[in-house]
Amino acid sequence: MTRRLAAEGVTLVRDVNLSFGHGEFVAITGPSGSGKSSLLYLLGLLDRPTEGQVLLEGQDTVGLAPPAMAALRLKHLGFVFQFHFLLPEFTALENVLIPIRKLGALEGETARDSALALLEGLGLAPAAAKLPEQLSGGMRQRVAIARALANNPVLVLADEPTGNLDTRNAAAVFDIFERMTQAEGRTVLVVTHDPDLAARATRRVHLVDGAVVSDTRR
Amino acid sequence: MNLILDLARGMLRRRRRQTLVSVMGVALGVAFFIAIAGMMRGFQTYFVAQIIDVAPHITIKDETREPPVQAAVLAAPEGAVSVRGVRPQDSIRGIRGAGEKLATLEAMPGVAAAPVLGGQALLRYGSRDVSATLLGVDPERHRRVSNIEKDMSAGRLEDLRATANGIIIGEALARRLGVGMGDTISAISPAGVVLSMRVAGLFSTGIQAVDQGQGFVLLTVQQVLQNRPNTVNQLLVRLADVTQAEPLARRIEARFGNRTESWEEQNQNILTVFVIQNAIMYSVTGAILLVAAFGIYNIISTVVFEKTRDIAILKSLGFAEGDIQRLFLVQGLVVGVLGAVLGCALGAAMIEGLAQVRFGVDTPAGQDRFVLSRDWRIYLIASGFAIASSAVAALVPARRASRLDPVQVVRGAA
Repeated sequence: MTRRLAAEGVTLVRDVNLSFGHGEFVAITGPSGSGKSSLLYLLGLLDRPTEGQVLLEGQDTVGLAPPAMAALRLKHLGFVFQFHFLLPEFTALENVLIPIRKLGALEGETARDSALALLEGLGLAPAAAKLPEQLSGGMRQRVAIARALANNPVLVLADEPTGNLDTRNAAAVFDIFERMTQAEGRTVLVVTHDPDLAARATRRVHLVDGAVVSDTRR
Repeated sequence: MNLILDLARGMLRRRRRQTLVSVMGVALGVAFFIAIAGMMRGFQTYFVAQIIDVAPHITIKDETREPPVQAAVLAAPEGAVSVRGVRPQDSIRGIRGAGEKLATLEAMPGVAAAPVLGGQALLRYGSRDVSATLLGVDPERHRRVSNIEKDMSAGRLEDLRATANGIIIGEALARRLGVGMGDTISAISPAGVVLSMRVAGLFSTGIQAVDQGQGFVLLTVQQVLQNRPNTVNQLLVRLADVTQAEPLARRIEARFGNRTESWEEQNQNILTVFVIQNAIMYSVTGAILLVAAFGIYNIISTVVFEKTRDIAILKSLGFAEGDIQRLFLVQGLVVGVLGAVLGCALGAAMIEGLAQVRFGVDTPAGQDRFVLSRDWRIYLIASGFAIASSAVAALVPARRASRLDPVQVVRGAA
C-alpha cells in the first residue's frame, strides 16, 4: 500500500505490507515525519491509499463510498488522539454515549448502563457527570479511550495517546491498552515516540521515510 | 436524529448571546412582517368590504363587450366582406327581456337581483343646479342587492313609494343644493322632461362621489323622467358568496350576451394598487429577514470555525458527511424556529398595540383607528419564510463543515 500527496509530490507511506491479528498490541515508531500517523489514518479508514488495499476483517475498504467508510469506523474502529477531543459542552458520560447513540444498537437505559460500565472499568465512575473542563488531563484521556471503546471495536487506533500526559498517567493508559488486547482480544495500534512505552507492546513496527524498516514481535 | 438535535443544542448553548441576537433578528423580521401585513391586509379587507357593501357584486349592463357582428359578415364569414364605419344603431337602449333575465337570476341559489334604470339628471333648487346620476329602483328588490338603507340618515327606501315623486339624495348633494327633508326640487333629464320631486330621504355612505352625485327615485318615475318607458339598463346582483362574483359574472355574460362586470372588474384600478402595496410590503420585510439570514449565516460560520476539532472527532467516530451537514443545518433551523415563534408572539403584541391607536379625527366612514387583520395565514407566511431563509443561510457553512478533512484537523492540532 502506498499513499502519495499528488499536489505536493510527497510520498507519505511507501509500499507498506502489514497485517495485524486479533489481540495484537502494536507500537508504530519512527522519527518525526516518517509516516507513522499517515499509516494510522490509512488503517483507520480516515484516508485512502493511492495504491493498494486496506482490508478490514477480510473486506477491501478502498472502493467504499464515504458513508460506508464512516459506518465501518463507527462499528469496528475506535480512535484515541493526542488531544482528547471531547466535546466540551457534554459530560463525560454524554461524550461516551455519542458513538453508542449514533450506532443505535442499544437504546435508552441499556446504552447508559453500557457507557457507565465502560467509565467504571477505567476508574472514571465519579467523573461521569462532569464536563471535560472539570477533569484532569489523565482523566480526559481515559474518557476519550472509553469513548473509543463505546461500540466494542475490534481495532483501536491511538495517535500519540500519551503525548500530553505525565509518566504515571501514560503508564495507566498503556495498562488499559494491555488489558484491552490480552483480556478483551482487541487489536491496538499505537503510534508513539516514547521508547519505554513502545517496549510494552507485543509487536513493534518501525518506519523511516514512509517505509517499514523493522517489524519485530516480542 | 435525536442525537443530532442534542449535539446542535449543546453547540448553540455555548454561544448563547450570539444565538440570542440571531433569534432576535429573525423575530423582528417576522414581527414587522406580521404588523405591516396586518395593517395592509386589514385596510385592504376593510376597503374591499366597503366596496362590496356599497356597490353591487355583479352589474349587468345594456351593452355588449364586443360590437355586434354585422349581418353582412355573418352571412359570408369566409368571404371578402369588409364593413367599416359602423355607427351604433340608435335603437332603444336597455336590457332586452330584462324581466325574464331577472327571473332566471333569482332562480339561482344565493343570488338576489334588482332592475335599475340609471340616467343623468340636473337637480335644480332655486338658482342652484347640480348634476346627478339618478337610479330608478324597485325599493323591495333594491334593498336585497344594496346596503344603501344602512347608510340612510333620514327616511327609508320604501318611502319612495309612499311619497309621490319622492327622491333620496346624498347628504353632501343636499347641502350643495341647500335642501332638506320634505323640500321640493326640480329634476331635468337630458330627454327634456321636467319633474318636481320631494326629498324623501338622505344618505351618507362615506364615499364622496356617491354622496355628492347620486340619487334614488322609483323605477317608474325614472322611466318617465328619462322618457324610456319599460326600460331597464342595469341588473344589479348580490351574492351570498362574494368570491363567486367573477366566475358567475362570466357565466352570466356568456348566457345573456350583456356586458357583465363583477365588483373586481369594476374596481380593478384599486385592486392593482393593492398588488403594488403588497409588493412593497414583501420587499421591506424581506429585506429585514435577509439581514437576519446574514446573522444566522454568521453565527453558524463561527460555530463551524470554532468546532473544527469537534467536527473532526465526530467524523472519526463514524459520522458521515450528511450527519455533519444536518448537525449545522439543524442549528440554523433552531434559530429560525425560535425566531419565528418569538416573532409571532411579538407580532401579535404589536398588532394589539396598534389596535389601541386612535387617530383623533373622525373620517366620514367613522373609522378613527387601524383596521387590522389577524389572519393566521400572515403568521404562517412570515414563519415559513423565516425558517426557510434560516435553512438556506445555514446550508453554506454546514456544507463547508461536512467537507472538513479530519486528518488535516487532527494533524494541525497535534
